[in-house]
Amino acid sequence: MTTTTLRPTTLRRGRTLGDLLFSIGLGTFIVLVLFATLYPIYFVMIASVSDPTLVATGKVWVIPQGLSTFGYEQILADPRIWTGYRNTLLYTVVGTTLNLVVTLPAAYALSRREFAPRKFLMFFFAFTMFFSGGLIPIYLLYRDLNLLDNWLVFVIPSALNVYNLIIARAFFENSLPEELFEAATLDGVGYLQFFWRMAIPLSKAIIAVIGLYYLVQHWNDFFTGLIFVRDYEKQPLQIVLRDILLSNQAFAGGAGGAGGSGGGAYAQQFADQIKYGVIIVSTLPVLLFYPFVQKYFEKGVMVGSVKG
Amino acid sequence: MAQIRDGAGRKVGGVVALTLDETAAKVPGSPVVGPMTKGRRRRAVSRHLRTRWQLWLMVAPAVAVTLVFAYFPMYGIQLAFREFDFTAGLTGGEWVGMKYFNQFFTSPLFWDLMRNTVAISLTTLVVGFIAPIVLALAVNQVVGLRRKRFTQTATYLPHFISIVVVVGMLQVFLSPTTGVIPNFLSFFGVTDTNYLGDPDAFVPVYVISEVWQHCGWNSIIYLAALSSIDTHLYEAARVDGASRPQIIRHIDLPALIPTMVVLFILNMGGVLNAGFEKVFLMQNPLNLSASEVISTYAYKIGILQSQFSYATAIGLFNTVINFAFLVLTNQLAKKFANTSLW
Repeated sequence: MTTTTLRPTTLRRGRTLGDLLFSIGLGTFIVLVLFATLYPIYFVMIASVSDPTLVATGKVWVIPQGLSTFGYEQILADPRIWTGYRNTLLYTVVGTTLNLVVTLPAAYALSRREFAPRKFLMFFFAFTMFFSGGLIPIYLLYRDLNLLDNWLVFVIPSALNVYNLIIARAFFENSLPEELFEAATLDGVGYLQFFWRMAIPLSKAIIAVIGLYYLVQHWNDFFTGLIFVRDYEKQPLQIVLRDILLSNQAFAGGAGGAGGSGGGAYAQQFADQIKYGVIIVSTLPVLLFYPFVQKYFEKGVMVGSVKG
Repeated sequence: MAQIRDGAGRKVGGVVALTLDETAAKVPGSPVVGPMTKGRRRRAVSRHLRTRWQLWLMVAPAVAVTLVFAYFPMYGIQLAFREFDFTAGLTGGEWVGMKYFNQFFTSPLFWDLMRNTVAISLTTLVVGFIAPIVLALAVNQVVGLRRKRFTQTATYLPHFISIVVVVGMLQVFLSPTTGVIPNFLSFFGVTDTNYLGDPDAFVPVYVISEVWQHCGWNSIIYLAALSSIDTHLYEAARVDGASRPQIIRHIDLPALIPTMVVLFILNMGGVLNAGFEKVFLMQNPLNLSASEVISTYAYKIGILQSQFSYATAIGLFNTVINFAFLVLTNQLAKKFANTSLW
């Protein structure tokens, strides 16, 4: 206290009661928000390794109680999850690659101001963000194209996301120095060559951003499997998750079958532990990836917010 | 070379013709004298393709994908006015006009579907619009870069969790017998807590989980706008003795208005878009009276019952209302806020 009074004019002395109250209110609000955001995820983690009976009776709140790996053992033994994992990995890798091959060149072409049709083309693309043919015409089209029950349905129709196209275009427009292009043109370099040799190496940040957006989109895709695929061998992880988490389908070993009203609370709590484990297993790649890539995600939103 | 050029040119021939006049008029030094003759037009096309064919090539895959998977289904919308015929395909059925729209409008379910859809999407729109603004204003006030970054990073983590997992979490948390939330509430003597089966709880549970998942992510764009505010403004305000709430009210909030307007217009374009996947996954026989919305109904009619024409009509109705709201909001914003999408 004495030291503060000795300082000439510190901010602290200038603070009024109102400022203090504001700081307290703000701090409380932020802490509450953080708690509400992170606690559910944390709870799933501790519940997945705790004794299911203790979880179900409300004894587990902060630290795992009575360690149990029952849920994870069941998950490891269930082939459905690994089939789903394998399928989703395939769709994500192939899909994201195709996404980048389609999106990046188009975004670059549309970023060239001398490309006269670009205004019309931007409208052509953007219009599809707000108007669509609807579910049934799309379904019938896929049927005619033999895309139903075909794994290509997970990668080809979603090859272009217009939002990502707009972000990438804004990046090319604002970040590539025009002098570079002019110098290259003097050396007789065409658009394709310039794109491949100069634009791509200089745009690693935006490739990371939209690559990650596409990656998450494929990883979390549930709709495509639900509507267009019947063959369970081709279903992605999200469909398998739905069946385990929401439909309460019987699990290997019969432990998870007690869903809804029929089974007692006893079987239900074992089913719940499997669910907690499944949530962790399916979300783990995203959660592990997240700290390393979050700055890129953010960058994407920033670039996109530059009005193009 | 010539082959590729022709290929690209043919694929998008209509586009070339449409924009040609503009090209010619804007090239410096090209004399603009009256309407173009046929020969000059052809010369301009060939020059455009000669110099720009590589750009056409680069944009061609994206155009092709969009034409096939976005525009061709729009052509299929006419199915809403036709009797679907398995042998005749998408466009061969008999013309029946507004039959299926009338069937939908007079259906006993129509007003329930409308009420549910509007209740879910409008509540999401309002709450989901305000929450990120409040969060951004608050996070912006956090002192210390590391603390600020941590708050941001933590709040948009849930955005990357899949909808299936979020709904799965809701189910285990809210389970009346074993869920953590009923367990917690029972400490306070609240016992009758079947939030998953109660129709009245559907909208709150939907909207709260929606805010939980996307609020942080949606606040990034506002934080970006706040970080671009000229720091001189803050210094000047402090010299004038403004308090932090006053600074928020008179500097921060006004700086967010253009972003708010744009996002609001975009959101209005989804006024009847109660997110199909999440609503569908949260549905159960007990809450169906509050959770059946236009898109889930169209799915059941179309995909599960194969009434293709009827489902197309329902889908088209949904799209048209959304589009109308988008255009209307855009016009209003243009008039009153001087900001618009186009």
